[in-house]
Amino acid sequence: MSKDQYLIEKNGNKYEVIIGLEVHAQVLSESKLFSSSATRFGSEPNTQVSLVDAAFPGMLPVINEFCVRQAVKTGIGLNAKINKKSIFDRKNYFYADLPQGYQISQYKDPIVGEGTVVLDLPSGPKTIGIERLHLEQDAGKSIHDIDPSSTLVDLNRSGVALMEIVSKPDLRSPEEVNLYIKKLRSIMRYLGTCDGNMQEGSLRADVNVSVRKVGTDKLGTRCEIKNVNSIKFMQMAIEYEANRQAELLEEGNAVDQETRLFDTKKNQTRSMRSKEDAHDYRYFPDPDLLPLEFDDQFIENIKKEIPELPDQKKNRFIEKFRLTPYEATILVSDLDTSKFFEKVIEKSDVKLSANWITGELFALLNENNLEISESPISPENLSKLINLISDGTISGKIAKTIFEIMSKEDKDPNIIVEEKGLKQESDPKALEDLIQKVLSSNKDKVNEYKSGKDKLFGFFVGQVMKESKGKGNPQMINKILKEKLNG
Amino acid sequence: MTNIIDLTLDELANKIKSKEISSTEVTSAYVDRSKSSKKLNTYVEETFEQALKNANKFDNKPNFEKKLPGIPLAVKDLFCTHNVRTTASSKILENFIPTYESTVTQNLWDAGAILLGKLNCDEFAMGSSNETSYFGNVISPIDNNLVPGGSSGGSASALAAKLTPATIGTDTGGSIRQPASFTGTVGLKPTYGSCSRYGIVAFASSLDQAGPMTRNVKDCALLLEVMSSFDQKDSTSIDFKRPNYSLKLNKNIKGKKIGIPKEYRVDGMPSEIEKLWEKGKEFLKECGAEIVDISLPHTNYALPTYYIVAPAEASSNLARYDGVKYGFRAEGENLIDMYEKTRSQGFGDEVKRRIMIGTYVLSSGYYDAYYLKAQKVRMLIKNDFDEAFKKVDAILTPSTPSSAFKIGDKKDDPVSMYLNDIFTVPVNLAGLPGISIPAGLDKNNYPLGLQIIGKPFDEQGILDIAYSMEEKINFKLKTNDWWIK
Repeated sequence: MSKDQYLIEKNGNKYEVIIGLEVHAQVLSESKLFSSSATRFGSEPNTQVSLVDAAFPGMLPVINEFCVRQAVKTGIGLNAKINKKSIFDRKNYFYADLPQGYQISQYKDPIVGEGTVVLDLPSGPKTIGIERLHLEQDAGKSIHDIDPSSTLVDLNRSGVALMEIVSKPDLRSPEEVNLYIKKLRSIMRYLGTCDGNMQEGSLRADVNVSVRKVGTDKLGTRCEIKNVNSIKFMQMAIEYEANRQAELLEEGNAVDQETRLFDTKKNQTRSMRSKEDAHDYRYFPDPDLLPLEFDDQFIENIKKEIPELPDQKKNRFIEKFRLTPYEATILVSDLDTSKFFEKVIEKSDVKLSANWITGELFALLNENNLEISESPISPENLSKLINLISDGTISGKIAKTIFEIMSKEDKDPNIIVEEKGLKQESDPKALEDLIQKVLSSNKDKVNEYKSGKDKLFGFFVGQVMKESKGKGNPQMINKILKEKLNG
Repeated sequence: MTNIIDLTLDELANKIKSKEISSTEVTSAYVDRSKSSKKLNTYVEETFEQALKNANKFDNKPNFEKKLPGIPLAVKDLFCTHNVRTTASSKILENFIPTYESTVTQNLWDAGAILLGKLNCDEFAMGSSNETSYFGNVISPIDNNLVPGGSSGGSASALAAKLTPATIGTDTGGSIRQPASFTGTVGLKPTYGSCSRYGIVAFASSLDQAGPMTRNVKDCALLLEVMSSFDQKDSTSIDFKRPNYSLKLNKNIKGKKIGIPKEYRVDGMPSEIEKLWEKGKEFLKECGAEIVDISLPHTNYALPTYYIVAPAEASSNLARYDGVKYGFRAEGENLIDMYEKTRSQGFGDEVKRRIMIGTYVLSSGYYDAYYLKAQKVRMLIKNDFDEAFKKVDAILTPSTPSSAFKIGDKKDDPVSMYLNDIFTVPVNLAGLPGISIPAGLDKNNYPLGLQIIGKPFDEQGILDIAYSMEEKINFKLKTNDWWIK
């Protein structure tokens, strides 16, 4: 048991938090799971609805093969068992935004079985089990705040393909949940199977939370927190819920198995329905659809399309480029970051590139709240800047000045160097003149240095730099200064 | 010249092709007769004006290559028809006008046929007497107090009364074959997957099949070859080579082995039916077929199995009629209240009964005992047929355990009503093709039918057997037009 373990402490008793996630990931696909309607986000309400999506009499679902491929691809990315035969079931319940009166989902026989996701914890890698992945339809959207007396329904989302990815109860802290969601999203973005955009609802999750006293094995009664749509809220909900459950147990009460909602205004979870009130979904195989069956060849063909995934890429970065695991993890965590990095190192020094991206560039992006795909500095120009450092044209210090200029205007750094006259001074004769000038005007300090005050060396370097307006080549200044002072 | 309405579908097609008669003459004849036959209550929606316009259009620019050139047809109101009200005989769809066409009806129009109107049926095809329709019961032309059978009762009645030269129905548990048997007409339920279900108001998806209802076997073959097609819009549609059934029709069934299942000899079956069956065997022997005794041991379980599977699927299929998107809506205080009022007022008793049965058998805690078990039994029933078909080419049974009954007789006794489907239901559960042909009359001169069940996709085989028997039986449907004022 590591000492950074996440535990809830009540009256001196320590509780471990057990978390499992049901992630709903929207399949990246032009058309819906069982109809040819478009799936674009943000379209005018009810403009992407076919007769099938609106459940007109006599309309029948026809499976979209692309969505099946996407699910299989995701399954492969999760190192999971692909089931060559799976079954679509109807999950029956009434709701205004569920036109059929049932959702087509997969119940007993999902398309993807057990798999794994590896988290990079500070203490080392941790494997989280995946229970299953299944395909299902999304419902429409009920809008309660436009008309004062009625609820309006937008069916654009009705029938859009979702992958429900169910984890095993292997997560132990809000931070692990954070890393799990990010890793899952990263894998799917690498695969191109889900854009992972939580604001647009393409990634949502239900969180199952239970607590147990440290040292016990038996799982506690869990509560399910429905549809939390940001990682931050998930973490807050878990924290609140774990404390609530631990308190209940401390007071000698039992935790009721129930579905709860997270109230983002109060930062609390509250009961939505108890186990007794749970829907009876009356699952049964959808008679409009045959079992979904494919052969090994189908899977093999998809395997050929699988790109290098984050874990493989990370290992390659470590082995080939001698990056630290920390650097590699950061650089591969996001597909766009890894692409940016690989673009930069096509022509530039790897180590220096890694430093600049994880340092200056990330700081710039954070400051302006930008994704790397929105970076004001292109990988090509960053690469040129790094090369200017490598070949001694500019110093690291000047490079930062140029970087700042580039952040406002994505310009070729060579041009900036020219325009602003920032080229590093590496002519020994010119530097010698500068040094001579500094030494001449600081004779007393020279004497002090010579009598043993070594620390004054830095002072001379600084003065020479100042004299060169920051452009002097620091290595050469060091070298010449040493010769002069010690000679 | 023979009266137009007495011509068969095949004869009509030939006479129109040879320009002996025009589409307008044929359509007018059927429109006139339909108009004077309102007493039978066969039509839910009449499209007579449009039909006459279309007939005129056809005559102005005829295409004699078509299989049903300019021939008017009325169809069961379970098929969605573009811009023509489609109700499934339910209040909940009373004013529903589809913007799309079912694949099967589209196939008819593509073959040159013209829509005459939409025919009454049991509400959502749930019933065996056409008494559950929101638009009132249908009367059989056989007798003024007789049901035409169901659920395709309007179709059978209109066909027997010669209000349409042929028609189409749907058959989930016998809804084509039982009314055909009751009205002295021919009705065929194809192999599951032959006719597309796209655009047909669903009752029980794993059992529903559309099929032809005609005056004779040749017409049946012709209409089937027009209706049947592979359709990518229906995932359960099967891509197999569909022959031109009517061209290949062959009376020679010498050497064919016909099975007689002993389990179909049920208690309380009238001796007339027993005799009819015997007569059928004799005819087959005369045609050179060999009679083989067979056993379908799980027959007894077919009806209870059907009344679990069909309501289960129906309870889910009918969930979409909720007042939210289209169809009837009763105002309510909130969503749940609106649902309850809409569905309470919009559905009739039989539909509600089946929704409740279906909801019950799918409920958690009951699923395994009912639905899952029923699916297993369904498998056994199918295996029975598979085994039998190793020995025989087709199976002969009565179509129904009795002749048509009186209106109101069984209305309040659902179980006795359900028992009517005892010989037809196993065929749906096994997904097989089955045809009912008129074979005789009972003591009241009410028609009785025999059913021929075939191997999957062997529609041609059962049509051939029916064709040869038809000649031997030489059944003549006689109605005296009592309903025409």
